[in-house]
Amino acid sequence: MCGIVGIYLKNKKLSKDLGKYLTGMMEGMATRGPDSAGFAIYSNNKKPKEYKYSICLLNDFSFSAFKKIITKKFKKLKLKQHSDHVIITSEENPKKLLSFISSDLKNVSLVGYGKSIEIFKQVGNPKEVIKNFQLDKFSGTHAIGHTRMATESAITTNGSHPYSTGQDECLVHNGSLSNHNNLRRNLIKQGQTFDSQNDTEVAAGYISNSLSKKISLKDTLVNGLKDLDGFYTFITGTKEGFAIVRDEIACKPAVIAETNDYVAIASEFQAMAHLPGVNAAKIFEPEPGVVYSWGK
Amino acid sequence: MGEVIKLDLKKKSLRDVNSVLQNLDPKSNLRNYLISNPSGNHAVCAGLKDEMEVTVKGHVGYYCAGMNQKALVTIEGNVGTGVAENMMSGKVHVKGNASQSAGATAHGGTLIIDGDTSSRCGISMKGIDIIVKGSVGHMSAFMAQSGNMVVCGDAGEALGDSLYEAKLFVRGSVKSLGADCEEKKVTKKDLELLTSLLKKGSIKNVKPKDFKKYGSAKKLYNFNIDNVSEY
Repeated sequence: MCGIVGIYLKNKKLSKDLGKYLTGMMEGMATRGPDSAGFAIYSNNKKPKEYKYSICLLNDFSFSAFKKIITKKFKKLKLKQHSDHVIITSEENPKKLLSFISSDLKNVSLVGYGKSIEIFKQVGNPKEVIKNFQLDKFSGTHAIGHTRMATESAITTNGSHPYSTGQDECLVHNGSLSNHNNLRRNLIKQGQTFDSQNDTEVAAGYISNSLSKKISLKDTLVNGLKDLDGFYTFITGTKEGFAIVRDEIACKPAVIAETNDYVAIASEFQAMAHLPGVNAAKIFEPEPGVVYSWGK
Repeated sequence: MGEVIKLDLKKKSLRDVNSVLQNLDPKSNLRNYLISNPSGNHAVCAGLKDEMEVTVKGHVGYYCAGMNQKALVTIEGNVGTGVAENMMSGKVHVKGNASQSAGATAHGGTLIIDGDTSSRCGISMKGIDIIVKGSVGHMSAFMAQSGNMVVCGDAGEALGDSLYEAKLFVRGSVKSLGADCEEKKVTKKDLELLTSLLKKGSIKNVKPKDFKKYGSAKKLYNFNIDNVSEY
C-alpha cells in the first residue's frame, strides 16, 4: 500500500504553516503505511553558499559525540538536532564534508543534502515519527511525505522514503518496480551509487542520473514511463517545486487539490480534508502516464 | 418529506453513523438522513439495506454506498474508489466526480455520476445501470456481464475489454476498444432503452440518437481450436 503526500505553497504567506499542513496529511495517511515514515521540507535559503546536510545517527550514537567529532574537523558549522537526526548547515565545500561523513564517520548515514532540502525518516508509526521530529513546527515552500507499508525490503530507516540521490532531490513512491535490479546495475555502471536494496532508491537514482545530464524533470519522468517497469505513483521534489506521475495502468491512487493558495497531492482525499478551503478546491485525479508539475 | 435526521461525522464515529443507517426500526417512518463532514472517510453508507434517503454533504473516500440495497444515497461531492460496488438495488447519485471502479460488480440499482469517472468504471458489472454525464477513464466496463452503461462524454482506452452481455452507449469519442468489443447497430429497442435511461438520470438536451452502441463480438465466448498451439 503506502501513502504519499505533497504540498506546494503558491501563497508564500502560508510558509510558516507548511509543517502544520503536512502533519495532518501524514496523519491522514498513517493507515496506509504504519511501518515507517519520512518527509522532506524545502525552504528558501538566503545564503547562496550555504548547504544543509540531513544526517541520521545510527546505533544510539549520541548527538554530543557526533558534535565533538565533526566540529573538530570543521570549524564553521551550525548543528541542529531533531530526534535521531542532525541538520548541519555550512558553507564548507560539499565534496569535503560529504567525503568526511561517508568515510570517517561510522555510525551515521547521510539522508540527503542540498541548498534548501531537509529530510527526515524513521521507523515506527507515522503519527509517532512526526511527533518525534516536531513536523508541525517546520516552515518552508513545499514538502513531500511518505508513510510506508513495507513489501519488498526490510523495515529499516534506509528502507524508508523519501529517497534523496542528488542535491536537493527527493522521491516518494507508492507501488513496486519489477525491473529495479537490472536498472540498478546499469546505473551503477554510469557512476550512480546506492545505499539500499530498495526499488524506489533505483527510481530516485534514475531521476538523478537523468537530471545530471541536463534532461529536464518533465522529460526525465516521461522517459521513466518507458524505462521503469512496475506500478507507481511518484512524487518527486526539486529545489523549486515538485512533480507527480502515475504509471499507465494507474492502479496506485492519487488525488490533487488545487486552490489559489496551494497544490496538495495525496493517495487519498482524507489526507487533505483538513486543509483550508479544500472543499472549494479544484479536485482531480492525475491521468495515467501524464506528468504534472508545479514550480520549476 | 418529513423530518431530516442529521448525522455529523465530526461528532459521531463512522461506525456509529453506519450502524444507525444499517439498523433502522422497520416500523419507523424516519427515513431521511443528512451526513455532514464526511472528510474523505471510507465506507460511508456501506451496507444499507432498507428504503431510505441519505444525503452526504462533502467528499467521501472508498466504497461509498457499497452493497447498497433499496436506499437512495446522494453524495454532494466527489467519491473515491468503488462507489456503489456490488450494489443490489436502490440508487446512488454522485454530484461530483468518481474515482476508479465505480459500480464495480454491481448486480442492480442505478448509479448516476454527474461528473467524470476515472479508470475501470463498471468493471465486472452484473446488472446495474450506470449513467455518467461526463467521461469515463481507461478499461471501463472490463468484463462487464450485464446491465447498461451510458456515457454522455468520452470513453478512455480499451473500453469493454472481454465484455459479455452488458450494453454500452457512448455519446462522445472512444479512445480505443478492448479485446472482443465492437460497435453494434443501434436498434429501435435500444433507442427506447436509452430514452428510459436518460430519463432515469434526469438528463435533458441529450438525444438518444447521438449515442453509439458497443457490445461483445462474442469471439472469446468459446475456445477456438486454431489457437491450441498458443497454450
